[in-house]
Amino acid sequence: MTAAAQGRIVRLAETARRAIRFWLDGQELRALEGDTVLTAILLSAQALRDAEFGPERRAGFCLMEACQDCWLWPETGARFRACSTQITKGMRLRSWPPGDWPASGEGQA
Amino acid sequence: MSGAARVLIVGAGPAGIRAAQVLCAAGLRPVVVDEGARAGGQIYRRPPEGFTRTPAELYGSEAAKAARLHDTFDRLVADQALDYLPGASVVALSGGVAQVLAGGCIRSIPHDRLILATGATDRVAPVPGWQSAGVYTLGAAQIALKAQGVALGRRIVLAGSGPLLTLLAWQLRKAGAGLVAVLDTAPLGTQMRGVPGMLARPGVALRGAAMRARLGPLYRAGVTLEQIETDGNGPVALHWRAARGRTRATACDMVGLGWHLRAETHLADLAGIPFDYSGVWAQWLPRADSLGRAGEGRYLAGDGLRILGADGAEIAGRLAAIACLQDLGLPSPDPCADQHARARMERFAEGLAHAFPWPAEMVRRLPGDTTICRCEGITAAELRAAAARGGAEANRVKSLARVGMGRCQGRYCQLAAAEVIAAAAGISPEAAGRLRSQPPVRPVPVGAWLAAPDP
Repeated sequence: MTAAAQGRIVRLAETARRAIRFWLDGQELRALEGDTVLTAILLSAQALRDAEFGPERRAGFCLMEACQDCWLWPETGARFRACSTQITKGMRLRSWPPGDWPASGEGQA
Repeated sequence: MSGAARVLIVGAGPAGIRAAQVLCAAGLRPVVVDEGARAGGQIYRRPPEGFTRTPAELYGSEAAKAARLHDTFDRLVADQALDYLPGASVVALSGGVAQVLAGGCIRSIPHDRLILATGATDRVAPVPGWQSAGVYTLGAAQIALKAQGVALGRRIVLAGSGPLLTLLAWQLRKAGAGLVAVLDTAPLGTQMRGVPGMLARPGVALRGAAMRARLGPLYRAGVTLEQIETDGNGPVALHWRAARGRTRATACDMVGLGWHLRAETHLADLAGIPFDYSGVWAQWLPRADSLGRAGEGRYLAGDGLRILGADGAEIAGRLAAIACLQDLGLPSPDPCADQHARARMERFAEGLAHAFPWPAEMVRRLPGDTTICRCEGITAAELRAAAARGGAEANRVKSLARVGMGRCQGRYCQLAAAEVIAAAAGISPEAAGRLRSQPPVRPVPVGAWLAAPDP
């Protein structure tokens, strides 16, 4: 499996934490407890989601909750910022909005 | 009665923590609202529970200061000396009431006095291609290293100017990250002009110079950034021009950008505090007296007032709290020593600002197809056209071209936009004006206003 080699992020320290599993677009991935969702995803992927206003992809920008670049959708529930949300065991995430978004509204956790 | 004064502190970095400490010592019980999951702010940001690197590994020469600050706040929380809301954002201020987003709900926090310690973000200048995934702020790369123990790429180029450029480069190298170039847009001659001011804190200046020296040939000064070349995944090379004019391309998969800091002032604006343009800092800064008093019952502290760094923020936090106690007619510590120290911090900081300036010329000459607003993909050409059609004023251009209306609400585009507008109209960025802040200052799900907060 080459997924790990394709990740954008590289671990440099703090590797002795417990491993957990989560799902992105139906694919099972691994992270460590204490990883943010952004860290967890970008260890195996190049981006979090597509941009709404251009052809490029998005992978976060400021990591301090100011730029609003890293919004992501869970399979059920409201959008959140991947830089400031910790990954949890069994989390199911999607890199594109729900089909009826924004007609469905958001924030209906 | 004054003993029951309700004081709201926004931010639990060095400034907010020291302000809280002074108020608690005077017998008040402030409410502290902070976006972080753990107090400390960005510079002394703490990793999540379960991480094991020591303060020395995380904060280097500043480890003892960081540990003292964390300890001070943890004790105040443990002693129940204050009300602490972590992971919470003040999104609006009006009529002595703060609207706070916490846990998916909006709750109202009425207060008599307000201390804003909202810090700063990186100040970024657009570079063609910067909208791509894999381009980050310098602060982002530092947060990733500190709070997660990760590097945001395998071949990293850092570009921009300011103290964080050198510090982060040194931290990444020490941690074993793949750093391939450190490109400073400030020419060495310009940097020398800041030296007299920086001598106000010779120890700090020397530490910076030593870090810089250890970067060796990775570090280049006087660079002009031309383009971030990207493929579908992200950056593949940064194209830049050396001081002597030769064009180079450095292969990379991550670019970190930052030109010193931008004061985070959205809430100060909503609080009705006036602003002045600072030529030294090339940005609008809120107006306050030497203690941080900025109007009736309003106080500012830390980088959101003046960009003095963490040490200056601790001082400013104490001073703002002292001003608050004075205005309440309560006994307060003598501010003289802190005011004196703050003046020294200001001389040093102005030296830094002169040495590592905002790259105005580079921004003014950006090609028309360069994205200025990353949120909505608005280009320099669209801004120039809007300025020509509707007038060279930041808020008019915002109305016509939507720059500053995206999700970041202008935090990462407004300074560059003002520069582009000013250049197009032949006026100064000051004359192009300041974007007015609008509540909510963070995106808020509509449902958060409908949901009742937990009892």
